Amino acid sequence: MTPVLEVKDVTVRFGGVIAVDKASVSIEAGELIGFVGPNGAGKTTLMRVITGIVKPQQGSVTLEGKDLTGLSINQRVRAGLALAQQIVQPLRGMTVLNNVALACGTAKTANPFKAIKSFDKRAERATALALLTRVGLQDVADNEPSKLPLGYLKRLEVARALALKPRLLLLDEPLAGLNQSEASSLADLIKTLNHDGLSILLIEHNLREVMRVCPKVYVQDLGKSLAFGEAKKIMSRPDVIAAYLGKG
Amino acid sequence: MAYEITLLTTMSISVLFALSLNFITGFCGQISLGHAAFMGVGAYTAAIMMKASVSLLVAIPVAAVFAGALGLLVGFASLRVRHDFLAITTMGVVFLFVGVVRQQEFLGGEVGISGIQRSELGRTGFLLLCISLAALFAGFSLLVKRSWLGFVFDSIADNEDVSRVIGIDVAKYKLFAFVVGTAAAGVAGALYAQHFRYVGPDSFGFVESISVLAMVVVGGIGSVWGVMFAAAVLSVLPLLIQFVDDYKILVYSALLFSMMRFAPDGLAGIVNRSMNRIKGRSS
Ligand SMILES: Nc1ncnc2c1ncn2[C@@H]1O[C@H](COP(=O)(O)OP(=O)(O)OP(=O)(O)O)[C@@H](O)[C@H]1O
Ligand SMILES: [Mg+2]
Repeated sequence: MTPVLEVKDVTVRFGGVIAVDKASVSIEAGELIGFVGPNGAGKTTLMRVITGIVKPQQGSVTLEGKDLTGLSINQRVRAGLALAQQIVQPLRGMTVLNNVALACGTAKTANPFKAIKSFDKRAERATALALLTRVGLQDVADNEPSKLPLGYLKRLEVARALALKPRLLLLDEPLAGLNQSEASSLADLIKTLNHDGLSILLIEHNLREVMRVCPKVYVQDLGKSLAFGEAKKIMSRPDVIAAYLGKG
Repeated sequence: MAYEITLLTTMSISVLFALSLNFITGFCGQISLGHAAFMGVGAYTAAIMMKASVSLLVAIPVAAVFAGALGLLVGFASLRVRHDFLAITTMGVVFLFVGVVRQQEFLGGEVGISGIQRSELGRTGFLLLCISLAALFAGFSLLVKRSWLGFVFDSIADNEDVSRVIGIDVAKYKLFAFVVGTAAAGVAGALYAQHFRYVGPDSFGFVESISVLAMVVVGGIGSVWGVMFAAAVLSVLPLLIQFVDDYKILVYSALLFSMMRFAPDGLAGIVNRSMNRIKGRSS
């Protein structure tokens, strides 16, 4: 079977800094992979390579066997990727509900000629409200994002990504900024989504939750792929522990 | 009566012109500093056609096509680049337009094209045409705001990067807005040519581009009603007050900058806020 995602030998340099160094990882359909590594390991950068925000100097990314090289961000999203970013970016001029509803309308927003002929937003708003309820944001649906705390905006990112009905969901530290109970309930949701068949790549520093929900982990250190496999086994490996504690 | 007709005709043409820029700047968040060039293309196209005894009603759609085609070209060249690039390109376009027109004999050079025939509509008929076209585009703008196209425009004006992350082809939408806006400016240009029965290189320069931007900003970027109101008032101000006519660029730039500084959402924003305050007090 072709993997959902295959990242091969990706290298990204920012000036003199090598952010990602020949990293490779592959995700089978239906898997939930925890993507861990110390600060500056190049996790976000690799995620951005996958979505097309950052162009790698080398390497390739394929989604369900389709080479993504040369595709723009929006084309990759339409090919089945969705991203909840580490640094939250709500559309500040519209309500929380509309942020998600717009993402629900990908069929209507494919091009301006389709969009100009479409007026009804009820179905998308209903779906959006259901998604917001799933992440626990139903009570702030009509608020403007600017007034909400970070923990809410993190969940808004997740809801908006889900609205795209992705084949692969990419989450970059969705639990950061959430309190313990919010974090574990969102982690539960991630687990449920995966049980329902969604493939997920989850970058997360909250190792307790990662160990709780992710059967497998992928570890990156100094931009290099360090380990991949069963979560418990990998996280007890001496080299992985050393990477986390910092060498020296 | 003739004076009132002239005044109202000037107003409606300006309203259409301002709404055409509002479609680009207000809806999609793209700043154009050279919008008058597209009006100029429409005006010259129509002027030449009318001089060759073509009917105004035929000249209008042709003017729209020519202006929109230039819009497509300019938009295609600049929209793939980052945000502020369009402002610079359009400014270049307006200077280029004036420079080129000056040199062309078939466009009348420095003196322009005068003695354009009066259309078969008569003065009142022409006024009604101007009002109808302005109203038509206003209606179209309001419709777009309610549609998914308006929804997408809001998101692009808000944050282009986020729009891409939710699958929106930002460049395509911006190009669409730019072509519609420039084509509509071409229509306003054709009406202008008929109204003054004269076009010259100085009528479509940087000053006119800033004036129309001032109308959009004063009215409230993106607000159809606000922009219509501001365009109607600001277009006749130079006709009513000599001082404004003498110091047009000064007055309009001062308006533009003070509005951006103190009330970036324009008159529409001010009205909305006071309405909310009144509502808040009464409830
Ligand atoms: N746009 C950029 N320009 C220059 N350097 C960058 C850029 N983005 C990331 N870097 C550098 O690349 C390296 C990897 O950064 P990245 O953000 O991918 O790490 P990360 O694993 O996501 O870290 P964290 O866990 O702190 O989020 C860092 O050294 C960082 O400073
Ligand atoms: Mg990161």
